[in-house]
Amino acid sequence: MAKKILAILEQRDGKLKKSAFEAATIAVRIASELNYEVEVVAVGNEITNLSETGDYGIKKITHLKSDKLENYSSSGYSEVIANFAKEIDADYLLMANTALGKDLAPYIAAKLNAGLIMDAINIDSSSGEIIATRPVYAGKSLINVKFNSQKKVLTIRPNIFKPAVKGKNESEIIVKEVEPSNLKSKVIDFKKSDSKLDVAEADIIVSGGRGLKGPENFHLVEELAEALGGAVGASRAVVDAGWRPHREQVGQTGKTVSPSLYVACGISGAIQHLAGMSSAKYIVAINKDKDAPIFNIADYGIAGDVFEIVPVLTKEIKKIKLQ
Amino acid sequence: MNIAVCVSHVPDTATKIKIGDDNKTINKAGVTYIINPYDEFAVEEALTWKEKAGGDSKITILSVGGDSNKETIRKALAMGADDGILLKDDNPRDSMGIAKALSKEIKSHKFDVVFCGKQSVDYDAGAVPQMLAEFLDYSCATVVVALKMDGNKIIAEREVEGGREVVELELPAVIGAQKGLNEPRYASLKGIMSAKKKTIEEKPAAQAENLSEIIKMYSPPAKQSGRILGTDASAVPELVRLLREEAKVI
Ligand SMILES: Cc1cc2nc3c(=O)[nH]c(=O)nc-3n(C[C@H](O)[C@H](O)[C@H](O)COP(=O)(O)OP(=O)(O)OC[C@H]3O[C@@H](n4cnc5c(N)ncnc54)[C@H](O)[C@@H]3O)c2cc1C
Ligand SMILES: Nc1ncnc2c1ncn2[C@@H]1O[C@H](COP(=O)(O)O)[C@@H](O)[C@H]1O
Repeated sequence: MAKKILAILEQRDGKLKKSAFEAATIAVRIASELNYEVEVVAVGNEITNLSETGDYGIKKITHLKSDKLENYSSSGYSEVIANFAKEIDADYLLMANTALGKDLAPYIAAKLNAGLIMDAINIDSSSGEIIATRPVYAGKSLINVKFNSQKKVLTIRPNIFKPAVKGKNESEIIVKEVEPSNLKSKVIDFKKSDSKLDVAEADIIVSGGRGLKGPENFHLVEELAEALGGAVGASRAVVDAGWRPHREQVGQTGKTVSPSLYVACGISGAIQHLAGMSSAKYIVAINKDKDAPIFNIADYGIAGDVFEIVPVLTKEIKKIKLQ
Repeated sequence: MNIAVCVSHVPDTATKIKIGDDNKTINKAGVTYIINPYDEFAVEEALTWKEKAGGDSKITILSVGGDSNKETIRKALAMGADDGILLKDDNPRDSMGIAKALSKEIKSHKFDVVFCGKQSVDYDAGAVPQMLAEFLDYSCATVVVALKMDGNKIIAEREVEGGREVVELELPAVIGAQKGLNEPRYASLKGIMSAKKKTIEEKPAAQAENLSEIIKMYSPPAKQSGRILGTDASAVPELVRLLREEAKVI
């Protein structure tokens, strides 16, 4: 019997998230490279779009279903997933390194006495086993890591591995009713933040730093973000100054982001800020100091005044969006 | 209330990281080590809980690692914790190995609550608190930005995409602290002096095998410095063109 890799797909509000399709895509890829069999599982109560995994090469998906698991419970989720992994005897378990994945993977690894590699940004299986690359020391260095255990748990950084559609297909859904016995940690409520889009999930981010001079000028950043359909981010300097909420902070003590486009306005590019955003695909910097470190990692830069440049940029973007 | 705080000893976040000769670890020469910044929030939270609980509440600091971890334990003692335990192991361990050593020690003390940071800023894994909770069979919440006791229950708010999850826990519990939970106090001179007299017990860390292994550490490929397109708004059309035609991101 072929060995198995199990992808754990995250749902929120009854729908699989984009990062779930990324996890499914990577599971399919690894399985074909190592000659493994893919299994996928989603946990929750009602989930509406499970069959969409078919488009990504998934033939069947198991839904571990319980009304007690409608909301996340680290103890409940880890219990039913670890039990399922044991039942099908999965060697590899894989999930996205989202807030949920980051929280959940270590419980499961502990339950299965599995090696754990978090936040992989590259996966190489050419040697016949998985070698994962992950950033350490806030991205100042990278490590290649391998497993020394029979059971292996791996999380992948969101937005790095793009979901790959294999063709229009519907996967078969197998509903498995489960009864979690351990609900001693459980989510009882959700406080939605008032910003429309979270930096951690946005594909485009416009961030502002101390160069904006004061909170009253952040509308420049907000307007550019809105024109681009992106989220607003911030440096720690402006969060500490109380200009912006902490949830917008990008960097070592804030959020790690990997958007397609990151626009830094009036941000110097301190190492702790870069730690959170240097894996963005394209970086634009606007800073009046041409020697600011942000220009070392920016793809495109304008060494000028944010107050002059940002409004013009917003106007230009709006123009092309109308076309 | 019997409180534990787990602290890790990490390179200062401002230090330049040089790769060691083994190409697997960093070159420690000239690197300043500090208490893991998130663990300061954990210590602060423990101090607040102790102050609230009063009575004969006690805070014990635990750390797994070499002799130099004592400096970090001492830092937590200077903030106001009562005593420390160094679980000694000079060899690097993965998160699981650390959690196994900590849980074995914690089991013999019956702590009501164990505070950790949300992650160590060296390997950035964020795994030890959850693993500890699993081995101890405690309830747990990580990335916690707000915390309160509600009778026998703990209500924790954890930061996730798009907002905060409100999590209900019961004691005993493990909490992983995120920035925002509190403002860590500075150690007073008196605190620093009295920390010198507090005891740090030393014992060998429980054996554990590493289940994952670093095979290579290296610097990220240097990104080619980008193009500075201009110094004023006249560069905007060229920027927009590049974003559309070259980067294809808009
Ligand atoms: C333990 C630790 C953790 C940290 N974590 C984080 C973190 O998570 N995230 C983070 O961001 N920082 C973090 N920092 C702080 C970091 O070191 C920097 O202090 C911070 O990023 C600086 O923010 P800034 O770029 O907005 O401000 P500054 O460094 O003050 O830069 C402002 C920039 O704006 C430019 N400017 C000024 N006026 C204009 C103008 N009119 N037009 C154009 N440009 C202008 C200036 O040239 C300058 O480059 C951390 C620090 C420590 C010690
Ligand atoms: N060597 C260690 N000794 C004691 N506590 C640790 C150690 N490593 C990690 N921790 C705790 O676990 C938290 C998360 O660390 P990590 O899982 O390594 O990212 C830290 O903030 C500490 O509270």
